[in-house]
Amino acid sequence: MPIDKNLMRVVKIEDVNIETPTVKTIFFKDSLSSVSKPGQFLMVWIPRREELPLSVMISDTKNHAAITIRKNGYGSTSLFNKDIGDRIGIRGPFGNSFSFNKSLKNIIFLGGGTGLVPLVRLLYYIKEYDSKFTFIMGAKTKSELFFTELIYEWAKVKKIDLHIATEDGSLGTKGYPTDILRAFLSVHKDIDMIYTCGPELMMKKVYDIAIINSVRMEASIERYMKCGIGICSSCCINDKLVCVDGTIFNETKIQKLTEFGVSYRNKSGILTKF
Amino acid sequence: MDYDISINIAGLDLKNPVIVASGILGLSQCIFDRLYKIGAGAIVSKSISLLPREGYRNPTIVSVDNMSYINAVGLANPGAESFSTEISKNKGPLLVSLVGSEKSEFSVIVRKFRDHKILGFELNLSCPHVEKMGMEIGDDLKLVYDIIQSIKKETTKPLFVKVGLGKSDILEVAKVAESAGADGITAINTLRAMKIDIETQCPVLENKIGGLSGSAIKPLGIRCVYELSKSLKIPIIGCGGIMTYSDVVEYMMAGASAIQIGSLIGLKGISSIGKIVMGLRSYLEAGNINDIKEIIGIAHR
Repeated sequence: MPIDKNLMRVVKIEDVNIETPTVKTIFFKDSLSSVSKPGQFLMVWIPRREELPLSVMISDTKNHAAITIRKNGYGSTSLFNKDIGDRIGIRGPFGNSFSFNKSLKNIIFLGGGTGLVPLVRLLYYIKEYDSKFTFIMGAKTKSELFFTELIYEWAKVKKIDLHIATEDGSLGTKGYPTDILRAFLSVHKDIDMIYTCGPELMMKKVYDIAIINSVRMEASIERYMKCGIGICSSCCINDKLVCVDGTIFNETKIQKLTEFGVSYRNKSGILTKF
Repeated sequence: MDYDISINIAGLDLKNPVIVASGILGLSQCIFDRLYKIGAGAIVSKSISLLPREGYRNPTIVSVDNMSYINAVGLANPGAESFSTEISKNKGPLLVSLVGSEKSEFSVIVRKFRDHKILGFELNLSCPHVEKMGMEIGDDLKLVYDIIQSIKKETTKPLFVKVGLGKSDILEVAKVAESAGADGITAINTLRAMKIDIETQCPVLENKIGGLSGSAIKPLGIRCVYELSKSLKIPIIGCGGIMTYSDVVEYMMAGASAIQIGSLIGLKGISSIGKIVMGLRSYLEAGNINDIKEIIGIAHR
């Protein structure tokens, strides 16, 4: 009998990869997670601590998956402190996924921080396509960048154009990834799709730039999440539930989301300005 | 032939007996409007307390088999003031669920909704996982009586009282509610339950204990509705583990005038509401039952 994705599986951490002093990738065996579509997320239980929604990262090992976590709050720090042999609980994968097909010939990925995770998984899925890939990555400073090595590794086999923006200018262009996007689109008029994930105000800029340039786009939206299965309403944005109707929304859907880039629900459910 | 699934309960006309239970998708007007459009007969809001509550840390819900959940959300809600702003333009069939720890709070909350276009209220006397709120109130019969009277003093709109299986006998609590002026009873709430992970040897929910919902509790719900409808004059809304239209029929045969769904939405999504409504219509058509009211309490004959 197939395993129900709603039932929690307790798995052992089999490997970890330190990406930066505050970012870690955790590998584990779970066949349901291993076949997650790019953009889907897992609810990850850190026993006695917290449960967090996390985007699925890639693993090269069969039946394995990974999650990438930045230590930030209580839950993410508890998960960051876990090591090989420790146990965590997994339910999911949940949510929809990025849409992609071979007709998209010129694709831009734009992300920052742990928002890179679903984009990297997506690129991993489609890197064999006969398409042109441009990856725009942003961070506050050079030491906070991660996954660059991974992309350089893939770029040995397949051309991937990597652009980096740091706010302090310690690597790449000084400024924001959206500055690079704006400049890029002024030169390249044949872009078929922009995939983005990261801070909402950054994604709002990507959306605005995409609309001005008449380019299709998809964004992975983040909201405070509890149930992951579409019953608690914690993650609602307008009339959509991010956990089941998203997390991926395209420009047509985003157009109707008046709360996008404007407000979110806090833990009590009160609509709050960004 | 038009098979009628509209119902009248406590003076309210609903286009169908399928109500979205409290705690389920209950805090955003945009979502309410979507639920009305999909076909919900009515919606009960999240339980609203006087002040905002953040609720418990995750995990707040755990699936115990493929048809049942245990949850301890901790009555997270935006509080009366914010929620009254949220629903100020509501036009749909909405019941506001009320929760509190002291009698005085309830009249203040109800007053916030005095000018709102809502159907009425549901009093949550049976949340099983927050201390001094919900079930602990429901176990105190004198307090139940006083709270209901204080709410009824503030509003002429119908008040449903949601009861569960706490320390006090459900029939006794419901009878007290009826004598205090409640217009209807919602039965049942989730049941105190727990899930322990044997590998990590610890409870899964942050609050350790939560409320069990879904298929596992349906037979208990049916029994409670059956017994309640035998001894009460006020109408009953049946709730607990409804997954298909046949579960709706079973609850109505036990004596429920309407029903509420919750866990089903987690399993099958929002569109399941419309499917249940359609299923009910087909059931009436197949049995050549002109009016759904004919089956209410039929099992008592």
